[in-house]
Amino acid sequence: MSTRLQTGGRLIDRAHRESFTFNGRQMAGFAGDTLASALLANDQMLVGRSFKYHRPRGVVASGAEEPNALVGLGSGARFEPNQRATTTELFSGLTATSQNHWPSLDLDVGIVNDSLARFLPAGFYYKMFMNPRPFWKYVYEPFIRQSAGLGRAPKVRDADRYEHFHAFVDILVIGGGIAGLQAALAAGRAGAQVLVMEQTAHWGGRAPVDGVRIDGRPAADWVADTLAALDGMENVTLRRRTMGAGVYDHGYVLGYERVTDHTPCTEGPRHRLWRVRARQVVTATGAIERPLSFAGNDLPGVMLASAVRDYAVNWAVSPGDRTVLVTNNDDAYRTAICLKEAGLEVPVIIDARAEAAGELPQAARGLGIRVETGKGIARVKGGKRVTGVTLCAQAGEGAVLEEVACDAIAMSGGWSPVVHLWSHCGGKLTWDAEQAHFRPDAEHAPTSHDGRPFVIAAGAANGALHAAATLSDGDASGKAAVKALGFKAKGGAVARAEAAGEKPPAPVWMMPQGADIKLRAKTWLDFQNDVKVSDVQLAAREGYESVEHAKRYTTLGMATDQGKLSNINGLAVLAQSLGEEIPQVGTTTFRPPYTPISMGAIAGEARGPVFQPLRRTPMQDWHEQNGADFEPVGQWRRPYCYRRGGESRADAVNREVRNTRQNLGLLDASTLGKLLVKGPDAGRFLDMLYTNMMSSLKPGRCRYGLMCNENGFLMDDGVVARIDDQTFLCHTTTGGAEHIHAHMEEWLQTEWWDMKVHVANLTEQFAQIGIVGPNARKLLEKLGGMDVSKEAMAFMDWADGRIAGIPARVFRISFSGELSFEVAVPASRGRALWDACVEAGQEFGLMPYGTEALHVMRAEKGFIMIGDETDGTVIPQDLGLHWAISKKKADYLGKRAQARSHMTDPDRWQLVGLETLDGSVIPDGAHALAEGHNANGQRKTQGRVTSTYYSPTLGRGIAMALVHHGPDRMGEVIRFARLDGGDVEARIVDPVFYDKDGEKQNV
Amino acid sequence: MLIVECPNCGVMAEETELVPGGEAHLKRFGPESSDADFESYLFQRENPRGVHFERWRHAHGCGKWFHAARCTQTLEVFGTYSAQTTEPPQDIRERVTAKRPGWTWRTLS
Amino acid sequence: MSEPTNALGGVRYDGIAMIEEAGPRGMVTLRGDLDAPAFQKVAIGVAGVAFPARRAIVLDGDRGLAWMSPDELLLMMPYEAAGDAVAALGERLGDAHHLAVDVSDARAVFRVSGGAAAREVLAKLCPVDLSPAAFEPGQIRRTRAAQVPVAFWMADDDSFDLVCFRSVARYVFDLLSTAAAPGGTVGYFRHGA
Repeated sequence: MSTRLQTGGRLIDRAHRESFTFNGRQMAGFAGDTLASALLANDQMLVGRSFKYHRPRGVVASGAEEPNALVGLGSGARFEPNQRATTTELFSGLTATSQNHWPSLDLDVGIVNDSLARFLPAGFYYKMFMNPRPFWKYVYEPFIRQSAGLGRAPKVRDADRYEHFHAFVDILVIGGGIAGLQAALAAGRAGAQVLVMEQTAHWGGRAPVDGVRIDGRPAADWVADTLAALDGMENVTLRRRTMGAGVYDHGYVLGYERVTDHTPCTEGPRHRLWRVRARQVVTATGAIERPLSFAGNDLPGVMLASAVRDYAVNWAVSPGDRTVLVTNNDDAYRTAICLKEAGLEVPVIIDARAEAAGELPQAARGLGIRVETGKGIARVKGGKRVTGVTLCAQAGEGAVLEEVACDAIAMSGGWSPVVHLWSHCGGKLTWDAEQAHFRPDAEHAPTSHDGRPFVIAAGAANGALHAAATLSDGDASGKAAVKALGFKAKGGAVARAEAAGEKPPAPVWMMPQGADIKLRAKTWLDFQNDVKVSDVQLAAREGYESVEHAKRYTTLGMATDQGKLSNINGLAVLAQSLGEEIPQVGTTTFRPPYTPISMGAIAGEARGPVFQPLRRTPMQDWHEQNGADFEPVGQWRRPYCYRRGGESRADAVNREVRNTRQNLGLLDASTLGKLLVKGPDAGRFLDMLYTNMMSSLKPGRCRYGLMCNENGFLMDDGVVARIDDQTFLCHTTTGGAEHIHAHMEEWLQTEWWDMKVHVANLTEQFAQIGIVGPNARKLLEKLGGMDVSKEAMAFMDWADGRIAGIPARVFRISFSGELSFEVAVPASRGRALWDACVEAGQEFGLMPYGTEALHVMRAEKGFIMIGDETDGTVIPQDLGLHWAISKKKADYLGKRAQARSHMTDPDRWQLVGLETLDGSVIPDGAHALAEGHNANGQRKTQGRVTSTYYSPTLGRGIAMALVHHGPDRMGEVIRFARLDGGDVEARIVDPVFYDKDGEKQNV
Repeated sequence: MLIVECPNCGVMAEETELVPGGEAHLKRFGPESSDADFESYLFQRENPRGVHFERWRHAHGCGKWFHAARCTQTLEVFGTYSAQTTEPPQDIRERVTAKRPGWTWRTLS
Repeated sequence: MSEPTNALGGVRYDGIAMIEEAGPRGMVTLRGDLDAPAFQKVAIGVAGVAFPARRAIVLDGDRGLAWMSPDELLLMMPYEAAGDAVAALGERLGDAHHLAVDVSDARAVFRVSGGAAAREVLAKLCPVDLSPAAFEPGQIRRTRAAQVPVAFWMADDDSFDLVCFRSVARYVFDLLSTAAAPGGTVGYFRHGA
């Protein structure tokens, strides 16, 4: 059984007990434990079930590479699935639940898949669920969806808060082991701004565990001294619990800080995403031990040798009383020595190499441990827990030589540098045959905006595995980084690390070398995704020669651990199967993040009220207090209508239309774009931007204008007021303000930079109120301050003055067909004017109206709306707007395009009005039916509806539509499809339904 | 995420402050131009693997347009320069040549 | 006659840094040839402070002059003085090609104070190096805060003034308050403000 040792544990504080639950069972650990170490201390070796076969799985590793110990953490609004127990710091009150089993971890029905394993090889799903076709949708997919997925998605809104933080540094060091700390020291001493990120809660990495001595003292002492030195430097920042998640273009790096995961009751954000811009990045990310491939290597109790050592040294946890060590290298002997020194049994060390004569093997023998060289494991015995191993010759096919009882196995297949961050942004790798791993190729580093390399790998991550080399490589990397930035590296003594010497490892990709299919089919490569040696071999046989294809076919390395343990072993098996060398097969692409990061951290502050900007007019509070139903228009929320009493939205809109046409309506038009265009060339410039002539407009007058892009398509419209000889005020649509402003600036800055024109966006400077209806003039006269009589202010005039004592600009323009004024006042006075209108307007029957009433009234008048009648493919000529297109101008944006053959085609659909015969409202976007069907069997069409409303003024459904030869077909009845399969008949009519002569607005 | 120096305000701006504007140095063709010229102006674009000249706007900044000479393959930025020019200035071309001898772009080299 | 109101009625939030809505403040956009001595002279005369270098802001009490782009300045003054300033600019610049316009009402202004914490609040939202070595009084930076454009400068050694469009004042206030919520100290700018 796994248990807590009586003494030791460099990271735990035995004075502080922390209680937690696992699957509802109460357990206890110590402060400083990880969830994994605490579970092992409670003899909870079984922590989950595998993804495909539901095999029992236990803790394998001690860090970020853990593939098995994934749990659901927390509950309710703080539940999160797929959390690695090995990187979860223990705290009192932690609740964890295991995943991927039913009904319970110990008794799981899904294990039936394991018995069927030989029928579920790689590609099984692809092959099995091909036929019969209809089965996919109704049988296979629902079934697979039921059983697929790892962990459960949270169902409740996340209770925590997250944030981003932007940092700019000279040198970012990722990894706080001895290489990273030494690199930071070298960089810090040179005066560079340095940020150091360490993903765990502890500095120093492996060195303190592995008994490394630095300058004659334990590594931990050197780490403490170095931290103190770094902490004393103003130019160095140290962050624990912060993982370098990804390295991106031009020195952009994401860091993932788990701020309060370990103290969930404290204030503050749970995670912080560091958005770092670094001039140089040192990746001191260490190395990960590889598993060995032998039958039954996935049973709970089989662990990485380094993890066994970590648990023993850091947390005083022994995974078993009798631990067999199996290895292909010297380093792993440290585990056997450490266990033996802790008073535990190591019945045998199985070394696949022909000889083991290094310092460490000799030391192990010296402790009386039996070492068997040239041997391998034939098979692991046990069900939910290791009970023993059978030994065989490594060179053979698995004939059992003897059986050894044990309750844990520590395995080591050598070490792979963590090259992920080096590789994210294009760093290339080189195959180191002696160490049998890929390491960064310093000649092919990722390059930055200046074309120079910006990532330097350091220490074990650079292949410098032995502590002495690790430390000196860290120093060299730090100095190289400062040198690249033009700092002068400071000299002085560099610490020296000492550790037992190691003989080279021997690559072992299969144990035993000639394992038969029965063994290979129980030899796991990817523990999380249940990929076995036999699966990769099958993929190779079936033609998946590219490592990327083989990965996707077998799912090797595709789960949450992204193959941190399985990649190299898997591609070695693939290479062998293909008869190629490992470097020729290559690795799959390393993509960020290094380990999964929370969605909350990515979103940062952008949730709840600040999920996106919502723009507010000066009158927004009033709208909210007076029953407005809002609709989104760009980032604005405009009142759609103001419901009264129990009114439906439709009733409210009809009332607002009728009241505006009969009495007086009030519209918040503040969202309309207002662009001031000024300069000697302003007229010439606007003549290029609008299809009609603006330079001929007289000061004091307004003109409606259309704007097209170079493709000829309508992009915006609005009323232009000429302020003075050099100055125009251009109104745009609500959605157009920013992009039309940008459009103007683009042409001025990039094409017509000879024109003397300045533009300013005054959209937000003014609140604008539409006063609309037969009583509009009466209201303005009552408010007082300006002469708005027919004589003083004709239709399409504007004037400056004061209304109700507020400085105002009054435009006499109309989008409804009624007598109408738009009054612009400084935004800070908008609410005051609105309130004054509401109060003074009561006697004239004033009611505010929303965007839907606005739409209905403009449709009754046949006015187009950008975005309804236009969709980016419509030219003004389609809409019968020839009157707004100047024939005199030699050029305007879109003119040349409108002469292209397709634009002048008489078969283009053109704008007409529609009246339904039965008075109903045609569905939005409905198509006009034509005879026959197209090649795809779809009904042919001859037009489509662009706007459709119930007109309370006419008491019937009206619509605008683009119809083939429409203007030539007045009076003709055509049919439109309804969503229910039926259709509706409508007569083609003039699009102006109401007051064709404009008498209402000319009063 | 790229960083590009805006030559107008001097800020080394990250991509989120910038808006890309596509290929640089297009010659506008208006009324009276041939169908071929107009089509080329509207639709034909360079798509090089390597040296490219582009337009950018420092939208969340000084608001100004500028040009950038950039490698589409390595993302190296050779230099940025004024938007008010119809072709890359000599110093920019020399910087590109220093980094990518033998480069060509449209009719430039 | 009504008094001008600022967008949010002068709200404030007290967290790791203090967020206060300031204003209304007089602001005038002035575009023209910034290199022309005559133009500079008029700008200096009306603003009442020295001419700013590129990306700089010159402040003196409630008056100020900021460099916004190669052809744009922002003049700051008491709210009531903006109209006269526009008139004065128009008069003195005469025929010289320029644009001068009152934008006081188009903006909302927030004061973020609290030394290093104020820097951290902004650094959570803006892609800008806010370390004391990189950003100091006298500089103005136009950038974005989360999803909207803003500009900010240091009002003194411990606080920032941040300007945004009026319509997003609520959004920006909520952003700043969220970033300044308790427990949010990053501790990155610990070595001095």
